[in-house]
Amino acid sequence: MTRSGRFLLWSGIVALCAWVLVPIYLIGVGAFGGRAAAFRWPKGILPVNTSLDQILVFLRIEGVANAAMNSLIAAGLTMLFSLLLGAPAGYALARFSFRGADAFRLMVLLTRAFPLAILALPLTVIFIKTGLYDTPLGVSLVHTALALPFATLVTAGLFQGIPREFEEAAWVFGCTRFQAIRKVVLPLALPGLAASAVFAFVISWNEVFAASVLTVRERTLTAYLLTVLSESPIHYRFAGGFILIVPSIVFIFAVRRYLFALWGVTSR
Amino acid sequence: MAGIVIDRIEKTFGTAKALDAVSLTVADGEFVALLGPSGCGKTTLLRIIAGLESRSGGRVLIGDRDVSDLRPADRGLAMVFQNYAVFPHMTVFENVAFGLRTKNAPEEKVRRNVMRAAELLHIEPYLERYPAKLSGGQRQRVAVARALAVEPAVLLMDEPLSNLDALLRLEMRADLKRVLQEAGTTTVYVTHDQTEAMGLADRIAVMHSGRIVQCDTPMTVYAAPATTFVGGFVGSPPMNFVPIRNEDGRARLDGFEATAPGTGELLLGFRGEDVRIDAPERGLSFAVAVAEPMGSHVLLTGTIADKLVRVVAPTGIRVAAGERIGIVPDPERVVWMSPETGAALPRIIS
Amino acid sequence: MNQRILPYLLVAPAVVFLGAFFIVPLVQTIVLSFDGGGTGNALGNYSRMVNDLNFGVSLRNTFMLVLVVVPLQLAMALAMGMMLQKIERGREMVLWIWTIPLGVSDLAAGLVWLALLQNTGYINSALFHLGLLDGPTPWLNSETPVTLFAAIVLAEVWRATAVVLIVIVAGLQTIPKEFGEAAEIFGAKPWRKFTRITLPLLKPSIQSALILRTVLAFEVFAAVYALGGRNFPVLVGEAYTWQNENQNYGVAAAYAVLIMVISLAATLVWLKALRTNPETQA
Ligand SMILES: Nc1ncnc2c1ncn2[C@@H]1O[C@H](COP(=O)(O)OP(=O)(O)OP(=O)(O)O)[C@@H](O)[C@H]1O
Ligand SMILES: [Mg+2]
Repeated sequence: MTRSGRFLLWSGIVALCAWVLVPIYLIGVGAFGGRAAAFRWPKGILPVNTSLDQILVFLRIEGVANAAMNSLIAAGLTMLFSLLLGAPAGYALARFSFRGADAFRLMVLLTRAFPLAILALPLTVIFIKTGLYDTPLGVSLVHTALALPFATLVTAGLFQGIPREFEEAAWVFGCTRFQAIRKVVLPLALPGLAASAVFAFVISWNEVFAASVLTVRERTLTAYLLTVLSESPIHYRFAGGFILIVPSIVFIFAVRRYLFALWGVTSR
Repeated sequence: MAGIVIDRIEKTFGTAKALDAVSLTVADGEFVALLGPSGCGKTTLLRIIAGLESRSGGRVLIGDRDVSDLRPADRGLAMVFQNYAVFPHMTVFENVAFGLRTKNAPEEKVRRNVMRAAELLHIEPYLERYPAKLSGGQRQRVAVARALAVEPAVLLMDEPLSNLDALLRLEMRADLKRVLQEAGTTTVYVTHDQTEAMGLADRIAVMHSGRIVQCDTPMTVYAAPATTFVGGFVGSPPMNFVPIRNEDGRARLDGFEATAPGTGELLLGFRGEDVRIDAPERGLSFAVAVAEPMGSHVLLTGTIADKLVRVVAPTGIRVAAGERIGIVPDPERVVWMSPETGAALPRIIS
Repeated sequence: MNQRILPYLLVAPAVVFLGAFFIVPLVQTIVLSFDGGGTGNALGNYSRMVNDLNFGVSLRNTFMLVLVVVPLQLAMALAMGMMLQKIERGREMVLWIWTIPLGVSDLAAGLVWLALLQNTGYINSALFHLGLLDGPTPWLNSETPVTLFAAIVLAEVWRATAVVLIVIVAGLQTIPKEFGEAAEIFGAKPWRKFTRITLPLLKPSIQSALILRTVLAFEVFAAVYALGGRNFPVLVGEAYTWQNENQNYGVAAAYAVLIMVISLAATLVWLKALRTNPETQA
């Protein structure tokens, strides 16, 4: 490549990195700047009088801490459910050829052609009857429906990547199928399982629609922010947006090695 | 008592027949080598014995017990896998100890057996390492050690030495034979290396496209192959086969004549080293194409009646390419085959 | 345990769960949407939906968004993917930065761009410093529909291009280098190489990226609310309003069915338009 070509290439790359990073930086500045910063005119690119207090003020607003807690619970449960349901199914897809395997795979893939969160609408009635309405558990059930297809396909890929012979060797040396899974398969699959758990967490943490439909008082953070959006002062919105973003970025960083395993399945 | 009886085992993959009514009996403490070309079904048979592969028909007995429907764990055997299957998340020590640990053996016994197996396979220096840091040959030795450590009554090995360099393989072979003999372990050993099979085994079962075509002592397999395939597969150079006509009990070709079974067209089989070199008009007329000095002998390649033939001549011999010489196979050591079936004809005791 | 039933036992929980939280609500939504909404006419909910003031606007807005956002994202992701192909050092780092928005929700993305685009936001400040603006200027209300639309496009492109990028990069990795090299030997120019070799081989990846993105783009809602509130009605937003504020589940269900039908239709369009012959694939 020529010098000018290389220069052009790297300019493009740097510009695109800035396109991603600068807005995050700026909402961070907004979140820590409080009211004064939000209304200062004109703004400079550098932060002025930022302090942690501004975020703490936001967190002390009635309902925010509770909503954050609900989000954590719902996301944690989603993580748990999608793994508990998805990993065995993924294992079955990876290790057995059985009648109906293709039908099951199809059903899992089919969920992607549907805007799943919208299916929360009819669930409201049943949830009210069963007491699941307005609970993080209820929200997590719908979020599990979102995350489960991914968890199933990702873990199937994961188990496929662990040679069958490892398990067979364990059987020959005296393990039952269950013991072989515990002693050999799980330790080898652990990082990947953790990655898909984190992924399920992020799906739930970020979901807005179903969470808003299925809660009134026990809002998740996204649902809370959505409902108070129009009445809350603008710097609170920045603080809320920033708090939403931070865990996601940390998680995506944690699973960066598995990004392709996680999202690559969408291309199959 | 842990002999193995394989009784008319069948295996089909879809429509392809991988094993066709294979029967084999391995006596307690015996060492049988499964020898055959790639894809003939050796691994499949071994996996069926271990219970890792489902069978389409037949039974497997171990120590007079029908184990056909038992899980691998309950068959009381150990196995060395063709692709090692050494657990990457455990140290070499834990790998070798794996079988003992699942059986809850006392720590002292675990340590003792692991050390002994490690010593035998020269892997003591790596005991605390993880398999990712080992070479293919080292991993293979870990796999063998893991199987030996449990002191199994029945040991199945799938090409356990294939990835070692020649010198180490020779040494391991001797050690392995000694240890298994001392322990009286019943062993089925898969290989496609015929010298390994000859050197190690009490008996060799030669497989060819899903069947056992001959199962005999190494010397019998070598000297009296049951089919032309066995003769061609076992031994280096392979056995020579020359078409010959049998009239009134005597087979004649060029200046060679011998008592032969059957009538009509036959195949005369002889080993390259079981011949005497003579004048061109005496014996089979051999057109030399290449003479390769091998140190201890000279390997002559050429044709008899347009068939490719290789013979072994003493070092001193002077022949040039294009020359014709006479070849006289030792009549005591020739075999006669049917050209139609490729199967050996009974020898005539004269 | 029996080898035959074990796989069924393993998938059973997932099947039951998807049955309960995917199939059942799906059927219920459809049934609910046809319950007439007390009008006695099975299509009552649908006629209420269609006759609603916001229906036409939200339908048009949603389609406009999808039609602008999705092609833009595909083009950007392709360009970014090709750039990544060209670099060795720093590739991991660049890829990580470019995929950060994967973890950002649409609500948060809307709020991020709100910080940039509000009256006294950073973009206005920058324009002021450049002398292009006299003071704080609103862009995101009903009097400025064009800039509001542009803002939503920006937020969506910023947030969701990463998904397309991942699928494209995964696809690029499966294309053997030799194809491109062979083309170079025959003197193909870079652009020609891209259109004749890379794009056709990338077709399956492009297809699945488009399906994924289009379905999600029809669900756009939170980013729109964060930036423009009710000033820019979209389909999912209307479903939300009918459900939560009007408490009319029937009309909400009708919207849901409409969105699902559109999503399915879009999926079918992509499946057909980008059909690949398995034999011509590497
Ligand atoms: N899981 C399978 N599905 C379909 N066919 C198979 C399967 N496993 C083995 N085969 C076929 O069965 C035949 C025997 O295979 P096997 O692995 O037993 O050969 P092998 O004698 O061990 O060969 P090698 O010396 O190369 O290891 C081969 O033709 C192979 O293609
Ligand atoms: Mg094999």
